[in-house]
Amino acid sequence: MERDDLIVNDSYALNAHHSEEEGAKIRRNTWKVTGILTLLTTVEVIMGIFFKRSEAFSWTMIKWTFIILTLVKAAYIVLVFMHLGDERSNLKKAVLAPYMLFIAYLLFIAITEGFGHLGNFNAFH
Amino acid sequence: MGGESTKVISKEELWGGGQSPFSVSYGKMMMWYFLVSDALTFGGLLTAYGFVRASSEDPWPIGEQAFRSLPFIEGEYPLIYVALMTFILIVSSVTMVLAVEAGHRNDKSGVIKWLGLTIIGGFFFLGSQAWEWSHYIHGSGGSFLLNESVEVTSDEGQVFSLNKGDVVYMDHHFGHLAEPWIEGEPEVSLIKSDHGVKLVEMGAHPHEVELHSLTLNKYINNESQVSGDDAMKLWNARSESFSFGANLHDNEYASQQAYADFFFFITGFHGFHVFSGVVINIIVFIMAYRGVFERRKHYEMVEKIGLYWHFVDLVWVFVFTFFYLI
Repeated sequence: MERDDLIVNDSYALNAHHSEEEGAKIRRNTWKVTGILTLLTTVEVIMGIFFKRSEAFSWTMIKWTFIILTLVKAAYIVLVFMHLGDERSNLKKAVLAPYMLFIAYLLFIAITEGFGHLGNFNAFH
Repeated sequence: MGGESTKVISKEELWGGGQSPFSVSYGKMMMWYFLVSDALTFGGLLTAYGFVRASSEDPWPIGEQAFRSLPFIEGEYPLIYVALMTFILIVSSVTMVLAVEAGHRNDKSGVIKWLGLTIIGGFFFLGSQAWEWSHYIHGSGGSFLLNESVEVTSDEGQVFSLNKGDVVYMDHHFGHLAEPWIEGEPEVSLIKSDHGVKLVEMGAHPHEVELHSLTLNKYINNESQVSGDDAMKLWNARSESFSFGANLHDNEYASQQAYADFFFFITGFHGFHVFSGVVINIIVFIMAYRGVFERRKHYEMVEKIGLYWHFVDLVWVFVFTFFYLI
């Protein structure tokens, strides 16, 4: 059974069309991002195999490198693959703002709890 | 992407009613909202993992030590298998982008081709995860806890002072017979040999395994082999507490259970998302094949399931970093 309501009311979806030339551009960009994601993952794996864990400063720097590379990969996936970069800026903000809050909350709780052993925070013992 | 996203619309018109302020359809907006909430669930899980790990007093296994096997091949390849899984998921994400792109050109055969490849990639990932779970559950030799303090010298000459409750690891040949022996199978028995002890299995497939060496710090860092008389010292100091592989009560990887629990929960929850993603992809594949979207004159459904599929890839990027690398 054909549902013509979907055609009439999904006017935004009907706008999501592009020409052959635009498509070729998007495909080129897609393969470029694929190359970047593969390269970053390879770098992470090589670092994971060759750098030994220790208490030293260098391992802390490597951990931060992992986290930064992960955020770069995440940004490529969300902005290019999920096309959030092509949406209106108010939708971008609606999606990303909760994470700014979440990260701020995490930093707060990590710093508070991380110093818990110095103060009288042992309510659970 | 053309269309609504780049269109200049005045504020009065945008917020004056009668149209979506985001200029997206209801379904796509709701998919975004669902993904925002689902990402917070995974964020909560990974945060819990970080806090439990940071506050754990027992040693915590690390990725390149715990995950270093490949199927069908002997030897050690740290992180290679997980990297392969990551690559499979990235590639299936790319084929999904191309399916969405084909949809924007109303190219039915393109959508079918790329969505089909995405589904195949999803099955490959699920199969990889099934192998990894199976390998993790079976373990690689098992471990036991010490019952008393003992001092041993490793093959490299390092001296270890071990205490009651420390973990000692067996190799997979010895562990393979140690498991039925611990469970009290009558066909397996422990006897003294010229070099120490050996486990002997009678019955249909008789064979025996000598206790050659034991391992310390296997899943942590700088694992050390202990052989000969020092291995016998460790063996004689053993307690009743043996672990083989991992389940929900017990695991050979660490003296605490939290690591195994987080492995099962986080990778399991992600795997469940991949599974449901594959099911949804198959449904939309069938709809595309039957021409439903051709009649609708747009392929927005492919875009919506594409968002979900990329999200699954996105979560894996974080799991890969925080569970396996760090």
